[in-house]
Amino acid sequence: MGTLYGTHWILTLLLAVPLTGAVACLVGPERRARWTALATTLVALALSLPLFWTFSTGTAEFQNAASFPWIERWGISYAVGLDGISLLMLLLTTVLMPLVVAGSFSQIGRRERAFYASLLILMMGMLGVFVSLDLFLFYVFWEVMLIPMYMIIGIWGGKRRIYSAVKFFLFTAAGSLLMLVAIVALVHLHQQQFGEASFAYADLLRLSIPPRLQLWLFGAFGLAFAIKVPLFPLHTWLPDAHVEAPTAGSVILAGILLKMGVYGFLRFAIPLFPSAAMNRGVIAVILLLGLIGIVYAAWVAAVQPDAKKLIAYTSVAHLGFVMLGVFALTPQSLEGAILQMVNHGISTGALFLLIGMIYERRHTRLIADFGGLARVMPFFAMALTVVALSSIGLPGTNGFVGEFLILVGTFQRYPVVAVLATTGVIFAAAYMLPMVQRIILNPLTDDANRELSDLDGRERAVLAPLLGLILLIGVYPQPFLDRISPSVNSLIAYVEARAVPMETDQEPGIPAVAFEPARREGDQRAATPHHSDRLLEEERGEIGR
Amino acid sequence: MILDFSSNADYLVALLPETLLTLAALGILLADVFRRGDRPEPSGAWAAYAAIAGTLVAAGANLWLLLEVDAGPGLVAVDGYRLAANFVLLSGTLLALLFAVDYQRRESMQVGEFYALLLLATVGMMVLVAAQDLLLIFLGLELMSIAVYILTGFNRTDPRSAEAGLKYFLVGAFASAFLLYGIALLYGVTGNTNIADVVDRVETGSAEGELMLLAGVLLLLIGFAYKVAAVPFHMWAPDAYEGAPTSVTGYMAVGVKTAAFVALLRVFSVQLAPAADFWTGIVWWLAMLTMIVPNLVALVQNNVKRMLAYSSVAHAGYLLVGVAAGTAFGRAAALFYLAVYTLMTLGAFAILGLVAGKGDRHMNLADFRGLGWRRPALGLGLLIFLLSLAGFPPTGGFVAKLYILRAAIDAGQVTLAVTLVLASLLSYYYYLRVVWKMYFEEGADHAVASTSGSFRLGAALCAAGVLLLGLLPGPVLRGFERAGSDIVGGAAATATIEVPRPDAPANPTAGGPAP
Repeated sequence: MGTLYGTHWILTLLLAVPLTGAVACLVGPERRARWTALATTLVALALSLPLFWTFSTGTAEFQNAASFPWIERWGISYAVGLDGISLLMLLLTTVLMPLVVAGSFSQIGRRERAFYASLLILMMGMLGVFVSLDLFLFYVFWEVMLIPMYMIIGIWGGKRRIYSAVKFFLFTAAGSLLMLVAIVALVHLHQQQFGEASFAYADLLRLSIPPRLQLWLFGAFGLAFAIKVPLFPLHTWLPDAHVEAPTAGSVILAGILLKMGVYGFLRFAIPLFPSAAMNRGVIAVILLLGLIGIVYAAWVAAVQPDAKKLIAYTSVAHLGFVMLGVFALTPQSLEGAILQMVNHGISTGALFLLIGMIYERRHTRLIADFGGLARVMPFFAMALTVVALSSIGLPGTNGFVGEFLILVGTFQRYPVVAVLATTGVIFAAAYMLPMVQRIILNPLTDDANRELSDLDGRERAVLAPLLGLILLIGVYPQPFLDRISPSVNSLIAYVEARAVPMETDQEPGIPAVAFEPARREGDQRAATPHHSDRLLEEERGEIGR
Repeated sequence: MILDFSSNADYLVALLPETLLTLAALGILLADVFRRGDRPEPSGAWAAYAAIAGTLVAAGANLWLLLEVDAGPGLVAVDGYRLAANFVLLSGTLLALLFAVDYQRRESMQVGEFYALLLLATVGMMVLVAAQDLLLIFLGLELMSIAVYILTGFNRTDPRSAEAGLKYFLVGAFASAFLLYGIALLYGVTGNTNIADVVDRVETGSAEGELMLLAGVLLLLIGFAYKVAAVPFHMWAPDAYEGAPTSVTGYMAVGVKTAAFVALLRVFSVQLAPAADFWTGIVWWLAMLTMIVPNLVALVQNNVKRMLAYSSVAHAGYLLVGVAAGTAFGRAAALFYLAVYTLMTLGAFAILGLVAGKGDRHMNLADFRGLGWRRPALGLGLLIFLLSLAGFPPTGGFVAKLYILRAAIDAGQVTLAVTLVLASLLSYYYYLRVVWKMYFEEGADHAVASTSGSFRLGAALCAAGVLLLGLLPGPVLRGFERAGSDIVGGAAATATIEVPRPDAPANPTAGGPAP
């Protein structure tokens, strides 16, 4: 066990498990597919959970890293590794997936083999995105993931499933294609500066890119990620996809897929193009769009008659907060943003699961069709209340910790933005609490609602881990923050050391900053005094003689 | 073995694969006559198997040329570039034959001439990619074209096929005239048809009449543009592709395009490289138009065959980006693209031919509804080919597009690169439309014929090749990259880009610095 987690095999194993499971689902009998999928996701969970403890919190280096040449001719390698950010995203994925699978048992009644195989391939794609340290590998996972999601929405989705699936696909693909051009441009720069093509993340970090060019490349990467986040006004695919997808699809979309956009900013767009990411104009635009997203989505959510659509819009608002935290670029705001990504995955995942559960009973998602469910479904009412409060960010729940850190961190740099964003917290209460009230509290008038049965054992088992995490992170977030903070501090230090203002525009090919990454510069600085000390000692020695 | 082309026997050696293939074609033609006499009923599949054997023998001879033979300058090139292209052409022919066995039997067209013509067309293509002389280029082009005209109109009982054949022939003759006139003008300026000499005169400035020279180059380019179906010279392609028997459509989509592109690259990116300033601009516009227009038109096609025909035109646009790059890297990228294109296009057309059924009746999008559930293997195969055509990882189509993108960016053609990906975005829509018909909808209930052994073999080879080139393209990339540089006159025209880095770190990523 210890040896496994000390080596680089564990991540590769984690990627192989869902792929194997998907094949097993496809070749096995139809009725066993769900159990195969559940077993696969549980194995992945069991394999990944120890990483939380074996992960060393004292360093920002990539852990469990592995790198093998893949297409040597082009400098493409199979390179994976974990830092604090990817660790949490990876665990979020492996924790949510078994719940998603178990939550689908009652909803997916046809073509189960294909459904569970799609889920597992999707899982592999998501895990791959979070651990890839090679841009080719990253891009492959990033794109591969689209196809199973397209299938999940298109085959098992609601009435407008085809429209939503195609819209989701084209929106996401539009961004990633431009990112592909930017990746190729990076490889080209590497070839120019180092005489050899390379797609490796560590190699591309050493590039010196003229600030103006950084803006363009940041734009291409940023567009791909902003669509995924989604940042206002690129969010229009989200309500459609979330609403039409089956519950499993909605949970994965909101819980994990959206995080990939933010993760992309943190892992690639910001460190690769620090001058662009630190540019005042860029930051202003992103903060503004984030703010608009927070407020606008809250208002739109408040008038939605469809519970699922309401929750879909809350994602836009929450991710607006996350983007604020990311681009405020202070340690607290970044830690809060990453924690809030986890929180949003848990809370919104749970909300979609809950709505899915009453949808299966009533085949309607209209808030107006419900009312007084607390009387017939007490466990459901309790769960919905807890999750909704966590989504609002009530102290004691996970949502509070994340939003608070984001707002505190943002306030240090952009007080006005933080104040405006705080209104979003109030709006959140204004759309979430009425929904809760109209579903579980109002008088039980509809006869159809009287017959409803409370959540059964399977459904409670699906929700229990999420409710537990909501409270755990709410009262004791420290272990999570411990794992994030080295990566966050290192990211901020790196970006601030490497960013140069736009005015120092230089001809392409002439290095604007030193080739070596910041860490190595630090090492050299550390070496110099030591060296001079020794010289001094030698001099003293000579004098002494 | 070293050939200096001092005797004619050297040409026989240099053209050994072509010679063997011609013998196979003539043998099939003769044997068919004797076996069938004047009975009207179709002959057996033996002709197909003989053609397959002939293709394999020619591939063997090609390998021998690659490994054992070196040659000096002559009318035909014996360089890695030609031989790599030959492998692409021969594998395309082999796969087309595997699919044709099945298709010809279904359509009652199982006759020897078909296979003989297919082999002769391949011979024409191979001559075209080997030619170092303008007249030989014309010869190869005509040999290829005439055989393909007949193949297009091969289904005599179907008016669409006849129309397609006639249309293709008329437009093709027109294109040949352009090409021939271009050759004549170049000959008029330089007094020679050997391209190397033409270039020599251009470079040393000893050629008089610059205008005539440029007109010659332009006409040559137009002739090629017709053959590769570049917009605005593509009008014939959708009609010819749609009307031709589906077994022929796949073959001509890959074979003619491969041969014409390889020859185009040889003539323009190597031999006419000194005039690059002149033709790069034209190719740039051709590439832009050919990427955008057919992708837009394909969006609204309901007939899948016609949609694939437009998509095939669009792929010519992506390949033209490689031409516009004009580097050895661009040539290698185009070769790799053509190899992947051969596999995915043949696979897609083969499955289309099977689904369409007898008389190609079921070729509309609606006929694909629910195919993925009724025939999972066929659906999965078509899914792989469509994703590859769209350029989606982890298929070969993705690596091929990445290759072209790299060539474009390395050559500084950023606008072309961006247009390429935006055009691909358009293409996602219509490729995915087939996928959604196959999986998201249901209702088509016409019987799809069961697959035969040769069909399954061919489809499996195509799918495996597409996935292999997507996941482990390393060895093939290396081979094509070498072939892109190993071209007669290539060293003088363009230097290779790859510069070995002396201090390459052994393990660049593991445990690297985290930002």
